[in-house]
Amino acid sequence: MANTKEVRKQIASIKSTQKITSAMEMVAASKMKKTQDTMLEGRPYSLKIKDVISHVALANSEYPHPFYEERTPKKACFIVVSSDKGLCGGLNINLFKQVIAKSAELNEQGIESCFALIGTKAAGFFKSVGGQVIAVAEKLGDKPNPDDLIGLTKVVLDMHKNGDIDQAYLCSNGFVNTMTQQPNVEQLIPLAPEEKEESTPTQWDYIYEPEAKELLDGLLTRYIESLVYQAVIENNACEQAAKMIAMKNATDNAGDLIKELELLYNNVRQAAITQELSEIVGGAAAV
Amino acid sequence: MSTIKINIVSSSEEIYSGEATMVYATGTLGELGIAPGHTPLLTGLAAGPVRVQNGSEEEAFFCSGGFLEVQPDLVTVLSDTAERAESLDESEAIKAKEAAEQELANKDASLDYAKASAQLAEAVARLKTIQKLRKNQ
Repeated sequence: MANTKEVRKQIASIKSTQKITSAMEMVAASKMKKTQDTMLEGRPYSLKIKDVISHVALANSEYPHPFYEERTPKKACFIVVSSDKGLCGGLNINLFKQVIAKSAELNEQGIESCFALIGTKAAGFFKSVGGQVIAVAEKLGDKPNPDDLIGLTKVVLDMHKNGDIDQAYLCSNGFVNTMTQQPNVEQLIPLAPEEKEESTPTQWDYIYEPEAKELLDGLLTRYIESLVYQAVIENNACEQAAKMIAMKNATDNAGDLIKELELLYNNVRQAAITQELSEIVGGAAAV
Repeated sequence: MSTIKINIVSSSEEIYSGEATMVYATGTLGELGIAPGHTPLLTGLAAGPVRVQNGSEEEAFFCSGGFLEVQPDLVTVLSDTAERAESLDESEAIKAKEAAEQELANKDASLDYAKASAQLAEAVARLKTIQKLRKNQ
């Protein structure tokens, strides 16, 4: 049986771990509030630009944009949004599993994959798995700047323009609530055309200043960027929520472990006392 | 007096939402004035002020570029958070690629120049907005 000193040491070490995890839980809880606010602040823009895009899709435009064009797909690009730090449960791994599954599915259809990665965890994962990585954006922080994502998005859009890729997917965690995060793999390019309503008058178009092509290029690029940005801030909210839950579980588990060890410690101590007593009694009887 | 709905949003926040009798903005091709019932219009925005007039009240916002969409009953301003120059986009793209190659992005002179010129353009436009506001007071 273990001796009391060993058990005491173990309890002390678990207690200090528990202190750390419970501190991390509280940090995550306070950050979660902030990241959720950021997520909500970004929403008006993405809603408005979506409105504009759906108006544009309804307009009888003189210039069909390449993002709407369905090509025979040969190569697809996955934009994978992950967290920069670990200790957030299965958040990243669940997403990567979905990405790999989708990539394998496309591979069966003869479509190659390449990856544009956001977040240190994705960069590390796809480096070890192997796969063609075309762009990386890391260490965006808790309040990512939309400008930090421009470069990555541009790499993907340029590849699409040059015909190097025919499809793009946006992979990120969707924030359902604090307890649940839903990994999503959504098709970004070609953009799914909005379903036209029957009642809308069809024969109208915008006045474009300056050129339709230039404007729509800019607008749709901005739209894609906003989708990616929104995915990143939503993923951030997911990360903090998942981290809070993971750390809460760790703290609870540490508590359970300490309880068990304390029971063991008392058992061991009691056994030692009993043994000592019986030795003394035995010794006294022998005298 | 008839009014038109106006929404001004940037990618990180909602800036303004309300009704207006007239909206003035700086388009890439020049100043625009939008009254209710305007024909559908899609245009780029240059760095400059966006003024929203509602009756006798007027509010001005600085916009560093972006897009403006007009529907007969709705104006949407999609503002950029920062000045965007084509050269800057390019350098950002190069940076992302370099990160993919696990290289440290070297800050070369051309990148700094592009950034500086963009910042300058924004500063000038901001000044313009402030001056206009002063004049109106």
